[in-house]
Amino acid sequence: MAGRTLYDKIWDAHLVNSRDDGTALIYIDRQLIHEVTSPQAFEGLRLAGRLPWRADANLATPDHNIPTTSDERSQGLEGIKDPVSRIQVQTLDKNCEEFNIPELGMNDRRQGIVHVVGPEQGATLPGMTIVCGDSHTSTHGALGALAHGIGTSEVEHVLATQCLLQKKMKNMLDRVDGQLGPGVTAKDIVLAIIGKIGTAGGTGHTIEFGGEAIRSLSVEGRMTVCNMAIEAGARAGLVAVDETTIDYLKGRPFAPQGELWEQATADWRTLVSDADAAFDRIIELDAKQIEPQVTWGTSPEMVAPISGHIPDPALENDASRRSNIEQALEYMGLKPGTAIQDIQLDYVFIGSCTNSRIEDLREASRVLRGKRVADTIELAMVVPGSGLVKEQAEAEGLDQIFIEAGLEWREPGCSMCLAMNADQLPAGKHCASTSNRNFEGRQGFGGRTHLVSPAMAAAAAISGHFVDVRQLENWV
Amino acid sequence: MKKFTTEQGVVIPLDRANVDTDFIIPKQFLKSIKRTGFGPNLFDEHRYLDKGEPDSDNSQRPLNPDFVLNQPRYQHGSILLARENFGCGSSREHAPWALDDYGIRVIIAPSFADIFFNNCFKNGLLPIVLNKDVVSRLFAEVEANEGYSLVVDLPAETLTTPSNELIPFEVDAYRKQCLLNGLDEIGVTLQEADTIREFESRWRQRAPWYFSNVRPGDS
Repeated sequence: MAGRTLYDKIWDAHLVNSRDDGTALIYIDRQLIHEVTSPQAFEGLRLAGRLPWRADANLATPDHNIPTTSDERSQGLEGIKDPVSRIQVQTLDKNCEEFNIPELGMNDRRQGIVHVVGPEQGATLPGMTIVCGDSHTSTHGALGALAHGIGTSEVEHVLATQCLLQKKMKNMLDRVDGQLGPGVTAKDIVLAIIGKIGTAGGTGHTIEFGGEAIRSLSVEGRMTVCNMAIEAGARAGLVAVDETTIDYLKGRPFAPQGELWEQATADWRTLVSDADAAFDRIIELDAKQIEPQVTWGTSPEMVAPISGHIPDPALENDASRRSNIEQALEYMGLKPGTAIQDIQLDYVFIGSCTNSRIEDLREASRVLRGKRVADTIELAMVVPGSGLVKEQAEAEGLDQIFIEAGLEWREPGCSMCLAMNADQLPAGKHCASTSNRNFEGRQGFGGRTHLVSPAMAAAAAISGHFVDVRQLENWV
Repeated sequence: MKKFTTEQGVVIPLDRANVDTDFIIPKQFLKSIKRTGFGPNLFDEHRYLDKGEPDSDNSQRPLNPDFVLNQPRYQHGSILLARENFGCGSSREHAPWALDDYGIRVIIAPSFADIFFNNCFKNGLLPIVLNKDVVSRLFAEVEANEGYSLVVDLPAETLTTPSNELIPFEVDAYRKQCLLNGLDEIGVTLQEADTIREFESRWRQRAPWYFSNVRPGDS
């Protein structure tokens, strides 16, 4: 029998039954819940008179549209000025109470972005199936869990049945061989992959990320990579379990302990693709060739290395691609042939489920230590991914580095990644952002987003335009 | 769930690739706790010239005359024609809710993003994948003929053009059955509750660490 991929193994272990047409019922170990995509699911349960199948398999926390200033947060729900947002957060609280769903409320010190909180609490474990009404659920694959985003109807389906109807995806391996150069990070790896395969390159596949460069990343870095699997079209990204994974989880509040920990870790160590496993598609990258990446357009695949230039649509032969580039450059207010380093910036946003963990903040702080944000930057902000990340950063003095450099130090939440709260990028302004999507209007109506790593965002904050972080004196 | 069997309607050509879910329904409208009422804000940032808010009176907002939904010949269309990777981006089911609320019943494109594709079926919307060249030809025919409409026949899995050309398409058997019968999928799955319980009991024995308590204590 041919070997199995990591995806095959987790799929097989969770298969409740399958139908003739290939549709399968898959058992779900964990559902993460937030305020935006859950109210209609709870309402559906209520209307049908149904109860959650296993309430304790869920974990909820509000993140998308909560305020991030300390003043607003200290006022509790009253601090949410927008009444529509306030009702949504209140509705989550009420639903969790009514249906007995575990919740970390807005002002619990462990609250944060669901995809930061799950792994941090040990609610994400290797070999689990994990879903959430949020496409960036792929993040949790960094710990060897099969995790993907679902719609609200499926949130309700999982609440009611603990199962999901699925068709099995194909297997893709993205292998990044060799070692990254200094100043090049997990974010640059994943942007380079998306640049290579396109935003639909992984559609219909689960992507396993492997190779020496991935193995060398911390769990936080692996989360950055898996987070953006969805921007390559793949609902789920995966990284095989190794000692890095297991060390990360040890002692986390909801991770198993004692004898159960020993049994669990013995099992988790088998969560790797077999040497003779067959992948439907294999993509190879050489880590040494990857430079810091910057997106210039309105899709994550519109990306260039820091040494590069904005492409000229006139040189594009394919009519559809040419029109995409033209539309993007018009929206972004950029001219063909401009050097990436000449893109001037107005805003800097360091945060989001892609890059708001302690390692990301350390990376940005190394660049910003003892420096000042350029006068031309109107607002630069750091939004930690969770209350615990914020506490850790403060214990290390990172908050002081940011504040002294002229950045705002905020409370945890999704913030300007999708701008559902008051943190919005104004029309026409360019933002160096550590988030995951540069779609039109994503960070605010008419806003112009450039996706970069935390180090590159920090470097851009100091310079007022993009610069190669590897050329800054602080960067070793 | 809403049933779908056949649909005859005017085709609305949205000539763009990678139409993302922020394009379909911008984030500020996701604050609603309802499933309905998103139709007036479908494609909001392109359909109107100003920025819309959940409490805006949409009837008073300036329309973008260049946007396809605002052109008289496509009013009341129910079939959307688009390019590759339609529905990429977030998992928000508000995107199919907005399309449905506006009156779209069918979306035709060379490819769709996985989560959006799946979400359509949960809401009685039919996404149809057609070859890229066929889609290009449909764009040309729609452009050339005002009032161009298609007949979509789900049981037969065919489209019929105004010149009576039949174009076949494919749908998964289970999804087709759900659409044709308007099935409550949760109800269908719960018919297998005993099988799920048996699986769960075996799994709890095999991997008890996934069943540990995650109820947060005081912080």
